[in-house]
Amino acid sequence: MTLVGAASTGSSALIRARLSSWSLAAIAAGAVAVTAVLFAATPMQGRVAFVLVAAVLYVVAQTTVSALVEGRRRAKDRLVTSIVVACSCAAVLPLVAVLGFTIAKGTAVLSGSFLTHTMRGVAEQDANGGIYQAIIGTLEQVGLATLMAVPFGLLVAIYLVEYSSGRLGRFVSFFVDVMTGLPSIVAGLFIFALWILALGQSFSGFAGSMALTVLMLPTVVRSAEEMLKIVPDGLREGSYALGIQKWVTVVRIVLPSALAGIVTGVMLAIARVTGETAPLLVTVFGNPALNFNPFSGAQASLPLFVFSEAGLPNETAVNRAWAAALVLILIVLALNVVARVLARLASVRS
Amino acid sequence: MAKNVQMKDVDIYYGKFHAVQGVNLSVPPHAVTAFIGPSGCGKSTVLRTINRMHEVIPGARVEGRVELDGEDIYRPGVDPVEVRRAVGMVFQRPNPFPTMSIRDNVVAGLKLQRVRNKAQLNEVTERSLRGANLWNEVKDRLGKPGGSLSGGQQQRLCIARAIAVQPDVLLMDEPCSALDPISTLAIEDLIGKLKQDYTIVIVTHNMQQAARVSDRTGFFNLPAADKPGRLVELDDTEKIFSNPAEKATEDYISGRFG
Ligand SMILES: Nc1ncnc2c1ncn2[C@@H]1O[C@H](COP(=O)(O)OP(=O)(O)O)[C@@H](O)[C@H]1O
Ligand SMILES: [Mg+2]
Repeated sequence: MTLVGAASTGSSALIRARLSSWSLAAIAAGAVAVTAVLFAATPMQGRVAFVLVAAVLYVVAQTTVSALVEGRRRAKDRLVTSIVVACSCAAVLPLVAVLGFTIAKGTAVLSGSFLTHTMRGVAEQDANGGIYQAIIGTLEQVGLATLMAVPFGLLVAIYLVEYSSGRLGRFVSFFVDVMTGLPSIVAGLFIFALWILALGQSFSGFAGSMALTVLMLPTVVRSAEEMLKIVPDGLREGSYALGIQKWVTVVRIVLPSALAGIVTGVMLAIARVTGETAPLLVTVFGNPALNFNPFSGAQASLPLFVFSEAGLPNETAVNRAWAAALVLILIVLALNVVARVLARLASVRS
Repeated sequence: MAKNVQMKDVDIYYGKFHAVQGVNLSVPPHAVTAFIGPSGCGKSTVLRTINRMHEVIPGARVEGRVELDGEDIYRPGVDPVEVRRAVGMVFQRPNPFPTMSIRDNVVAGLKLQRVRNKAQLNEVTERSLRGANLWNEVKDRLGKPGGSLSGGQQQRLCIARAIAVQPDVLLMDEPCSALDPISTLAIEDLIGKLKQDYTIVIVTHNMQQAARVSDRTGFFNLPAADKPGRLVELDDTEKIFSNPAEKATEDYISGRFG
């Protein structure tokens, strides 16, 4: 009875007044206008402050109006939504800023010749010179580290998920956790003490890649472990039930099912160590000239190059650092894209 | 070659937990034997001892004898992998290998045992898919992923996969419980056909299904909440459903509990 009556008068209990999008736009315009007046009338100034004040005014006004028109529940909803959106923007902002800044600064020096020349015989104030030696060094060091860390880490993950039961498994798992938190400089010092001081080897790209391996290993193990764990047991049992041995099941059924995720994890691990500087300082050392051989003698690397050039009291050197940083970011970005494509390809069947 | 299955004084454990006690039974070849009973009474557990899948679970073990044509599959030295080649299994949830095509799913057992002969693999694919009443539906898309099929087709694909390695016995653990009625009917038809070549043991929670497809029916029960499950009786399906020897069976069949 009441429902029918309410519907006929057009004010059903199910329908509430709502703020339309134009009224929200009006509130926003009002907030900006009030802010402009405030900035003109008071000593407040600055673009960042303007945006902040306008945003706060908008949220307050919107919530108040909403509380009056739409009721408390929707007002709270609007308030929380605004806060969440603002936080998301704030989180992305530094990333965008870093990227934008690096692109703006880096492109000034970046050129074909910058990518194909070394710093051999180039003084800090000279405009020529390049990062060829550092690109080669980084690719070789990270490549070697990947070659060592991925098979090793994958086998550990397979052991942990498919074979271990009991003490050894828990022990290994615990140490992988501890290694995850290892400061990268400690990894570098460890290789420095072991390989260079104790075993008397020289600085080399390989020494650096060993330090990077130490850093990559826990990431690879953990991500591969997580991916292997989510392969349903039903697949393993389906395979055993066909009379397929356990190791064949692991290699042919479990690993391919987890491949997409494992590839992504490996790529993220690579991306992470590509930017490592500290462990390379004490193992690779840095080198202005090209050294193709990662197994002997000091090598250059992109993060080391950025570090050393950025510390020089000279504009051209600092610009080179920005350009090298941009190249580093692009390499990591490319790795991420490759990871996505590979993951997509690997999971085509499912 | 269909073989008979015998269990003699079989006790089954999950670690310390005694799941099933004192099972004695005989399953004839070229027939369908159904296991029925309330859930949790150990039907799946018993089924999984017949192909030594039970021991895949950490801490799980079996006591007593399980014989395949008189050969104890639990005596020392028996390789569980060999047992599983002789005793195939189909699970409750269809579990085709997601990274493989339909064709590769069917011949997975052979391929992973290093059969490489193309002609042989193709022949087995067709024979097994025909055997699983699936050939006509998938013959034009054998290269598509196994996961692209409907649930009922996936289950028949899993049956094709199981019979591709030519087992002696085929175990099915509630093979229709995740399927719609039409797919269920297709699988039931298939079971009737498969018993010409295999010994079939099927677990089902659906008594009508047991009555429709099986020649023999075993009723499992939990005597009390914290007691191990038991096989109450195993007899011709007709007899179990019309005139069971035990009161507990009659109560269950007539829906008085469970
Ligand atoms: N993986 C397992 N670990 C421990 N206990 C289990 C496991 N699987 C089943 N059980 C127990 O064994 C008993 C029998 O289970 P199950 O054979 O699955 O029963 P049913 O198939 O008849 O429903 C139940 O009490 C169940 O809780
Ligand atoms: Mg069950």
